[in-house]
Amino acid sequence: MKIAVCIKRVPDMEMRFSIAGDRKSLDQAGLKYEMGDFDGYALEVGLQLAEKQGSGEVAVLSVGPDGVQETLRKGLAMGATRAVQLKAEPVPFDGLAIAHALAAELKDSAYDLILFGRMATDTASGTVGPMTAELLGLPCVTAISKLEIANGRGTARRDLEGAAETMHFPLPAVLTIDEGIARPRLASLKGIMAAKKKPLEVRPAQLGEAHLLVESMALPPDRPPGRIIGEGADAVPELLRLLQTEAKVL
Amino acid sequence: MAPILAFAESRGGELRKVALETVTAARQAADSSGGGEVHAVLIGAPGIGARAEALGRYGADVVCCVEHAALDRYNPEVFAATVAERLRSGSYRAAFFAASAQGRDLAPRVAAKQRVSLASDVTGFEFRGEVVTAQHPAYTGKVIVTLRLTGVPALLSLRPGSVVPVERPRTPRLETAGPAMDPAAARVTVSEMSQRGATKLDLGEATIIVSGGRGLRAAENFKLVEDLAEAIGNAAVGATRAVTDDGWRPATDQIGQTGRLVSPDLYIAVGISGAIQHLAGMRTAKTIVAINKDKDAPIFRIADYGIVGDLFEVVPRLTDEIRKVRRH
Repeated sequence: MKIAVCIKRVPDMEMRFSIAGDRKSLDQAGLKYEMGDFDGYALEVGLQLAEKQGSGEVAVLSVGPDGVQETLRKGLAMGATRAVQLKAEPVPFDGLAIAHALAAELKDSAYDLILFGRMATDTASGTVGPMTAELLGLPCVTAISKLEIANGRGTARRDLEGAAETMHFPLPAVLTIDEGIARPRLASLKGIMAAKKKPLEVRPAQLGEAHLLVESMALPPDRPPGRIIGEGADAVPELLRLLQTEAKVL
Repeated sequence: MAPILAFAESRGGELRKVALETVTAARQAADSSGGGEVHAVLIGAPGIGARAEALGRYGADVVCCVEHAALDRYNPEVFAATVAERLRSGSYRAAFFAASAQGRDLAPRVAAKQRVSLASDVTGFEFRGEVVTAQHPAYTGKVIVTLRLTGVPALLSLRPGSVVPVERPRTPRLETAGPAMDPAAARVTVSEMSQRGATKLDLGEATIIVSGGRGLRAAENFKLVEDLAEAIGNAAVGATRAVTDDGWRPATDQIGQTGRLVSPDLYIAVGISGAIQHLAGMRTAKTIVAINKDKDAPIFRIADYGIVGDLFEVVPRLTDEIRKVRRH
């Protein structure tokens, strides 16, 4: 089984962000990077499927500057067999432009499955996976919380608001993976050593023209500082009064 | 001015609240930039056309009804092909979707079919002549990105709850069409849809959310949270990742960076410490209440009203007091 997992290098979301002087990008000073949350789940799903089949290839792909090589190496350390960097700097915000680059790379490679995270943790758009599927003309199921693959077909569960759908699809297919399906493994020391010798190819990304542009970035207005109105159950009447007369939400 | 398209989401033959939000958004976009018609697309089983009137009430001039027995449930390929065909057939300048589970699946497919860009999960937008800009919360809500769409049509998906439906009544012209592809030819099929807690209010549609964390100590103690939500009347129940990871609540109840992103009018956090991963999902709530025994818990830094205390005493008292108020 041949599997591709498209991953993104994103800033560590626990950090404080500030806006750069151009007012349309993040100040890079002190930013730490990691693999996107959902991308980690997608990679784990890919690795488990390949292990179950007993053979096969799991390629990790990422669009971005040379910094993504670190994220790709992490994917190799977790167990991917090879990596491809589609070099682009900066990475456009337009999901369609990125999907063009991925589709160009993936179209002739005969993957059985192409996996994505449900969305990137940073830009939080969730568009690149289904767009890549459309450009490749492949079936696609998004935001999968449960997955079974057997005999060239798949069954997946997708959670909706207050409901869940069971979807069936033939391979090859593009899937986007939600949280909770499988906890991403930690890379072992042996894996990290082996990753250094695994192939990492670098090619220019054939990005599509971007029609979704970042005009500006801003920090949201600060919430007013928190306020403790009392201790224990005796504070409940005061809370109710404030909710009714001050916040007017009850 | 050229018309604007609005996809009207439905489930089980009923419009979703987000359908009224997308029609309202399309109406506002048109009216603020030289006018033009709003066309709603409604897809479902035979009989769905009866919902067209409600779309007219919120400002749809035309409702394009696509009825087919096989379309009682969402099918990604048939819906995407049908909406894309409609988009092609008119000279639309923009199209609105909801950034709901269905809309997040549908909108990027339509965009890629038409080779146009999509601003996903936007909380605000502005149409000035030909220029379309939109606000999108990114980096777990810590950064607001203003995006500009330079292609035509401009596609946007709207975060549920970010537009309040406003009535702009008119009698819509009804157009009927068939699906753009034979549903039997779809490669992806949906075999079943299970309604979990279907009677309960959805997190994305609720104006009040009561949410529980590890402080509740055990799954059965979530009854305290449910009782409070029930006493309030129109509240949904959410949970932290720690709680859904432990299986106390289904994964779909999770609010946070990797779960649902919500912006209710009132968010009551019960036994929640306020990890960054959780705050990312609810920091945009208008009013936040926190009940926690640890006065140093990070949740108190953003709570408009905090009570330091034992939730097993505070929450039942709050439920009682609200019931008393409601009775009068």
